[in-house]
Amino acid sequence: MSAREDILDRIRHAKADRSVEVPRGYRRADAATASLGLFVDRVEDYCAVVHRASLAEVPALLGRLADGRLVVPEGVPAEWLGGLTFDSDAPLSTEQLDRVDTVLTTCALAIAETGTIVLDAGPGQGRRALTLIPDHHVVVVRASQVVATVPQAVARLDPRRPQTWISGPSATSDIELQRVEGVHGPRRLDVVLVTEPNLP
Amino acid sequence: MRVALFVTCLVDGMFPEVGQATVTLLERLGITVEVPLSQTCCGQMHVNTGYAELAKPLVRSYAKSFQGYDYVVTPSGSCAGAVRHQHPALVPGQQVPPTYELSEFLIDVLGVEDVGASYPHRVTYHPTCHSLRLLRVGDRPLRLLRNVRGIDLVDLPDAHSCCGFGGTFAVKNPDVSAAMLADKVRHVRSTGAEVCSAGDASCLMQIGGGLSRTGTGVRTVHLAEILASTA
Amino acid sequence: MTFLGMPTAPAGVGQLRGDRDFPSAAKDAVQDEQLRRNLGNATATIRAKRARTVQEVPDWEELRQAGAAIKDEVLAHLDTYLQQLEAQVVAAGGTVHWARDANEANAVVTRLVQATGSTEVVKVKSMATQEIGLNEALADAGIAAYETDLAELIVQLDHDKPSHILVPAIHKNRTEIRDVFRREMKGVPADLTDDPAELAEAARNFLRQKFLTARVAVSGINFAVAETGTLCVVESEGNGRMCLTLPETLISVMGIEKVLPTWQDLEVFLQLLPRSSTGERMNPYTSFWTGVTPGDGPQDFHLVLFDNGRTATLADPQGRAALRCIRCSACLNVCPVYERTGGHAYGSVYPGPIGAVLSPQLTGVKENPSLPFASTLCGACLDVCPVAIDIPSMLVHLREQVVQQDPHRLEAAAMTAVAYAMSSQRRWTWALRALRIGRPFARLKRLPGKAGGWTASRDLPTPPQQSFRDWWAER
Repeated sequence: MSAREDILDRIRHAKADRSVEVPRGYRRADAATASLGLFVDRVEDYCAVVHRASLAEVPALLGRLADGRLVVPEGVPAEWLGGLTFDSDAPLSTEQLDRVDTVLTTCALAIAETGTIVLDAGPGQGRRALTLIPDHHVVVVRASQVVATVPQAVARLDPRRPQTWISGPSATSDIELQRVEGVHGPRRLDVVLVTEPNLP
Repeated sequence: MRVALFVTCLVDGMFPEVGQATVTLLERLGITVEVPLSQTCCGQMHVNTGYAELAKPLVRSYAKSFQGYDYVVTPSGSCAGAVRHQHPALVPGQQVPPTYELSEFLIDVLGVEDVGASYPHRVTYHPTCHSLRLLRVGDRPLRLLRNVRGIDLVDLPDAHSCCGFGGTFAVKNPDVSAAMLADKVRHVRSTGAEVCSAGDASCLMQIGGGLSRTGTGVRTVHLAEILASTA
Repeated sequence: MTFLGMPTAPAGVGQLRGDRDFPSAAKDAVQDEQLRRNLGNATATIRAKRARTVQEVPDWEELRQAGAAIKDEVLAHLDTYLQQLEAQVVAAGGTVHWARDANEANAVVTRLVQATGSTEVVKVKSMATQEIGLNEALADAGIAAYETDLAELIVQLDHDKPSHILVPAIHKNRTEIRDVFRREMKGVPADLTDDPAELAEAARNFLRQKFLTARVAVSGINFAVAETGTLCVVESEGNGRMCLTLPETLISVMGIEKVLPTWQDLEVFLQLLPRSSTGERMNPYTSFWTGVTPGDGPQDFHLVLFDNGRTATLADPQGRAALRCIRCSACLNVCPVYERTGGHAYGSVYPGPIGAVLSPQLTGVKENPSLPFASTLCGACLDVCPVAIDIPSMLVHLREQVVQQDPHRLEAAAMTAVAYAMSSQRRWTWALRALRIGRPFARLKRLPGKAGGWTASRDLPTPPQQSFRDWWAER
């Protein structure tokens, strides 16, 4: 018998089969936490920096934030990138990416209660390595992309796309449980929150 | 209202003053206490050491001893926990009157928070694990103590941490048990209390053993004894 | 062999058994003052953090009940969900391998690494690969495994063993870690200080080239979604993302109980796990991938599913809930026993309360008979468990199995004698009167035998002149 058949057979012989009702009385949405203010507080709690901006202010703001060598994936609106010099992901090799200082992306959505930003390789987000190797990540979040709770986020996301949920810069608490920001992922996270008007 | 006292094996044999205080207290509150002498032990030590089969006759005899009473009250959170949480699984379907730990009985059944006690001493209180986490007595013991005349009740640091008794744990893992006890003793001493109180004679035996060995001069006194006192 | 003859985790491979029983290993641990200080500080910090972030979730109890029920549903239909997971991973371009135990799982991974021609792998922290002893098996095949999680790296560099599920180096303080780095880490500045930020920076520099050039990575899995074949790794440092994203080949190893039915179920666990584990609202990075995504991440993906005693655990109706565990380690951080002994005393990669119920079930209780007794049954573990595993009741259940399978004659005789005395009013009355004989001995500071453990650090109470029942009868 193959290991597969053997294991499946053992499971059936364990006689654990029964019917289970899953109670889902927990919150899905929450009006009380559906606020941009909470999102900002929670992101800042992770030592990321949040910049609120109107759509008109975005290009100038990005110009200030994008320091050093910049890479921008396909799908970031061209009008944001006015005066910026940047590389596209051609794709760049790992070595080339290692010489990039800053990556600028959009996101799939964000979660207020946990201060989380989700990337799912959609337009303007690029592949996963792009937001991993550069030391500085600038991410643009539209106000309409911020949901209150984790269940709302999970309901909107497509599991078949590769996803990265980001809650602050990389960090470790491995030494005496003291949090240190900046280990292997980007050490700086700038979040640009576009408050109005919403993009189509 | 027919009320029976389940005195527990440990109090019966080693700390009779705790049982006597419980009787004194309840009688002062106008309760007629009965003590069926066929009672022995809740069987918890056997169950928790892995001898559930040996405990079953004790569980049956518990039900028989207290049959017909409206309430059973006991000066032990741990034994009340065993009766309520272990007995039904060991011997299903027995008819047993509700068993209350002393502070639960006073507050939930009698509706009394001021039992008219007087105890002019500096006291710190250790909330025992099974009272806290099996019975969820919460702050009932502290509410009772706060109403005692003359008492100087001081908070015990890290109060919710186990004293390290754990029944046969203290015998099987004496070094870990002693390490836990050492921390508890240190916290008790830091309060400057003359008396360390609790609702379980077993935990008090552990804490008292440590306090006495380290020559602290701090006494252990059961909650029932403080509440019974009118000195 | 335990329940229904189901095979348990084999001996001689991996890390589920200690060389010594718990009481003797714990005896040495509690005497290590430095260890106790390190553990006391670390567990107190994380307890407080967890309490704060859990308290702010108004529906924590509902989430907890849902988490427990979802895991129970998985265990009730594990064969169905595993086959579904396999089909979905394969459909998305991955390959699925099955292994009955640690030896088979190690052989599968070794073969897969060898097929790539690589002689080294980078690793994401994983309890599963610790459990099966994968690093040792790879080393035997000439393959070097580099741990990339900071704490795992510390432990690996120091040739030590992990002592905590989440923070494997919790037993070390910053100065001890600095000394390990100065001694073992190539290229580290000689004047490296013990500032945690500087130590983290040293680890970053040490691992950077490894990440950028590694061709093969090995990971564990936090959650695997049967419905979609999606896999999830929860981490903090970004070392996980490096391993899951940059190499050409990714080999993920998971125990069969890690599967979840649906994508939606993650809405529960992604709330329960971070708050219970690090006490954060959300951990810095969570990665999800489904098979292979062209142009993004490893193009060669393998999932290894192993049993290693899980079906034996599943077969015990009173023990199987241990398989709900999501390895958050909240129970370790609140356990008064763990806080005094640390993880090494448990002899298994799974220490603390969950380890005391899981390790003996995976190996069979005969091979870990002291672990179910390594608890005062204080109940703190159940209170914080995000999937509501009733660890105290399970410990009691396993103690019964130990007594049946590995009887201790003297103890059994004593227990029987006490139960006999307690089973009659007359015998009990006389037994309590006989206690008076002990009055002169109460002042002794050292008793012989088992009772010596008590008197080593505590005084005995003096038996009373009269039992309560005799007082009552005279009244």
